[in-house]
Amino acid sequence: MTKKRLVVVGNGMVGHKFLELLLEDPQREQWEVVTFCEEPRLAYDRVNLTTFFSGKTASDLALVEPGFYEEAGITVRVGDRAASIDRARRLVTSGRGTVVPYDKLVLATGSSPLVPPIPGREAQGSFVYRTIDDLEAIRAYAQAARTGVVIGGGLLGLEAANALNQMGLDTHVVEFAPRLLSMQVDETGGQILRAKIEALGVSVHTGKNTSRIVSADGRVAEIVFADGGALVTDMVVFSAGIRARDEIARDCGLEIGERGGIVIDDRCLTSDPDILAIGECALYRGRTYGLVGPGYQMARTAVATLCGEEVRLGLFDMSTKLKLLGVDVASFGDAQATRPGSRVLSFTDSVTGVYKKLVVSTDRQRLLGGVLVGDASSYGQLLQLMQNQIALPPRPEELILPQSAFGTRGRPGIASLPDGATVCTCQNVAKGTICRAICDERLESVGAVKLATRAGTGCGSCTPMLGEILAAEMKKAGKSVSKHLCEHFPHSRQELYHLVRVQQIRDFDDLVAKHGRGAGCEICKPAVASILASIWNESVQDEKHVGLQDTNDRFLANIQRDGSYSVVPRVPGGEITPDQLIALGVTAKKFCLYSKITGAQRVDLFGARLEQLPDIWRDLIAAGFESGHAYGKALRTVKSCVGSTWCRFGVQDSVSLAIRLENRYKGLRSPHKLKSAVSGCARECAEAQGKDFGVIATEKGYNLYLCGNGGMKPQHAQLFATDLDEDTLVRYLDRFLMFYVRTADRLQRTAGWFNNLEGGIEYLREVLIEDSLGICAELEAEMAHVVATYRCEWKETVQDPKKLDRFRTFVNSEAPDQSLVYIRSRAQHRPATWKEKARLSRQEVG
Amino acid sequence: MKAVAKALRGLRTWEDVCALRDVLPGTGVCALVGGRQVAVVRTAGAVYALDNFDPFSNAFVLSRGIVGDKGGIPKIASPIYKQSFDLRTGRCLDDASVRVPTYPVRVEEGRILVRSEPDAPTA
Repeated sequence: MTKKRLVVVGNGMVGHKFLELLLEDPQREQWEVVTFCEEPRLAYDRVNLTTFFSGKTASDLALVEPGFYEEAGITVRVGDRAASIDRARRLVTSGRGTVVPYDKLVLATGSSPLVPPIPGREAQGSFVYRTIDDLEAIRAYAQAARTGVVIGGGLLGLEAANALNQMGLDTHVVEFAPRLLSMQVDETGGQILRAKIEALGVSVHTGKNTSRIVSADGRVAEIVFADGGALVTDMVVFSAGIRARDEIARDCGLEIGERGGIVIDDRCLTSDPDILAIGECALYRGRTYGLVGPGYQMARTAVATLCGEEVRLGLFDMSTKLKLLGVDVASFGDAQATRPGSRVLSFTDSVTGVYKKLVVSTDRQRLLGGVLVGDASSYGQLLQLMQNQIALPPRPEELILPQSAFGTRGRPGIASLPDGATVCTCQNVAKGTICRAICDERLESVGAVKLATRAGTGCGSCTPMLGEILAAEMKKAGKSVSKHLCEHFPHSRQELYHLVRVQQIRDFDDLVAKHGRGAGCEICKPAVASILASIWNESVQDEKHVGLQDTNDRFLANIQRDGSYSVVPRVPGGEITPDQLIALGVTAKKFCLYSKITGAQRVDLFGARLEQLPDIWRDLIAAGFESGHAYGKALRTVKSCVGSTWCRFGVQDSVSLAIRLENRYKGLRSPHKLKSAVSGCARECAEAQGKDFGVIATEKGYNLYLCGNGGMKPQHAQLFATDLDEDTLVRYLDRFLMFYVRTADRLQRTAGWFNNLEGGIEYLREVLIEDSLGICAELEAEMAHVVATYRCEWKETVQDPKKLDRFRTFVNSEAPDQSLVYIRSRAQHRPATWKEKARLSRQEVG
Repeated sequence: MKAVAKALRGLRTWEDVCALRDVLPGTGVCALVGGRQVAVVRTAGAVYALDNFDPFSNAFVLSRGIVGDKGGIPKIASPIYKQSFDLRTGRCLDDASVRVPTYPVRVEEGRILVRSEPDAPTA
């Protein structure tokens, strides 16, 4: 059979989805596929584009696995744009002059940002927000900018504002309409959203018509409004909407809508039956669709049409849920209550910034739409109620009132959903499909459900529902989603923490007798040791605790690959006296230790034998050093820049604050290591935004960032509170750290913990600032106990002969460990490799 | 002759390494027995001896691991990459193809005695 040639123009999210679906179709063999991709990279996740500014890279956003198209036999022309179509001869000509014949053609050209014809818009420093290239250009330019203006207060505009704000720019949003997100939310929702966004330091200007951009030396300098006002700025980002990219279709005479868009019917066919159009470039029922859900539905329909199957486009669900500048916003159905006879129920809390509105039918039986701002946790449930036309509870207002007032009464659970209900609208996966997969394939985690069904792999907003469905199905099957620490404890770390605290349990044996079984293992023992240390703060070296510790905590040093240890004394804030530096050098020379400066402004001394550790520490203690806890899941260091004392840019004394914080929290045992930093100004030389807790000085005080992470999965910290005085900062930190210690899983860094926290940074603020759980006093008291009972573990150990007795390589011999062999390298030495050791021992024998 | 040599070797090679109270229950120590590094491990009710050499990291460290059990099997986990070893047989519980030598051990009058010749591997 000769294959027919299918040409796909555009490799965005929808173009890629189309190819994926085509490959799954049994009829795919009849097609030979060529696709054009104008951008220099294959399809990527444009929905989450903004995460590019919070540490994601282009490859994180990529949707196409390397080699995917090649393996599937699809020819991809990357970086080549389809320039014209010859419908009579059925040929596509590319920008590079390549001519490709087609039997069928699919246009997935997407859309381009709409840049209003404002005079001066060509100046340098004027950008659009659409592609990774755009974002890279914005990022590069923002390095030297202080102020940025976003023109457009819609979804994309707020995303762009978030990006500028995260880069530390003084950010403004300018919107022509009288409110933000005018397409999605109503007036009250817009007001609440505005207040929340302004609280983050972003200035909002609504009802403003930008009349021109003033430039200086060819660079953006100011924007001027029609009403005479003006804003001084270094850069402008346009995101005032999008327009369908229909030029190629227009030029070849396809039918185009009055305001743009390639007209398609319900089978995605254009006015030429050999040409289909899908995604943002397509005009269906008089409008274009800028959401990925409808685009994917078009992709599905187009595949069916080409493969001779009968699938027709229906009405699109334009519901959206987004996190904009950290504020949850959702809009679904008839959000503006335009349908005659519809009724509105709403709840507004302008203190915490929550607005919820339901639009219901006249008889209050059915949900027609709604708006959620500030708390969109009930979005999935409400969407299901609407889409499946499920009868509402007798008092539908209970669906949006705060939980504490009514408990969970009146909230229909996941069980009330019919099997046909679409749970994931992006991938079009029904509840029944998910339930069957869980049952048939014995899935036991949300990740496995996503892999097996693809649900939750689009925008991700249905992920919490997947969790509920999974829990319900597993419960039906008599299983539970295991949060057990290990085979010895049928409890999560959080539960064990609670049990230890409430039942005043003081050691592992007591805990295992009351709540576990067996002899423990390398998972539960260190976890319990950490819990006991966080709550009671007894020495990890005590006889009843020492056997629970990982080797690092047991010997208060960091084990290295050859079984030797390294030693890191504490250097609070990175401030060190010349005498201390000399003492470090003297000790390193005396014990022949390899010396290296760490990333945390300390010195690490490597190659110590177990029995040398106490002697090394006697010297270090004499020089005024304390244990640095580099060996523990504990507070490591509070790094600092030199701050206002010396630096001509510094606005606060970052070193003093870092020393205060490090001395306050040193020795705090936690689920994982904790790192911190204090920067003396917005230049952020201490890199505080990559730490578990970071502080950046402002003219008025300190901004506090929480839950950042370097390491394996870097993550930017979240701005938690601004312009704090020192004592308030310390109070919030006390609460934050103890709340994390109480509730995190074993070996979960603050970033991972935060990512699993329902409600995100808003929830953290509620708990830690507004005390919504009423636990702040407890948290502060617990931290006060830890601070008051701090002891240097090494000082304690060198004074205790029984503890010292454990620091012996051999219980029955004073001989040094022959297995530790070192080779000179760059004026120091390093451990011999296994091969080198073998060679050396042969030489000795010979 | 052979039997006498064997008996002599047997006598010679039981080595008193330390007092039982020198090893806290649920921990291990390392002893030098006939030039070999032997991990002497004490659980709640027994004492075991196995090679101190961790074949996964090529370091002599097993005595510094965490002692516990897996489904009732007494074990120690290497402090480097956390593989677990059956204290009775030396068999690795994470990789059935790996086994470390074990040594005969007994407790007499509060002292721990270890013989420097490894046990023959058992299936």
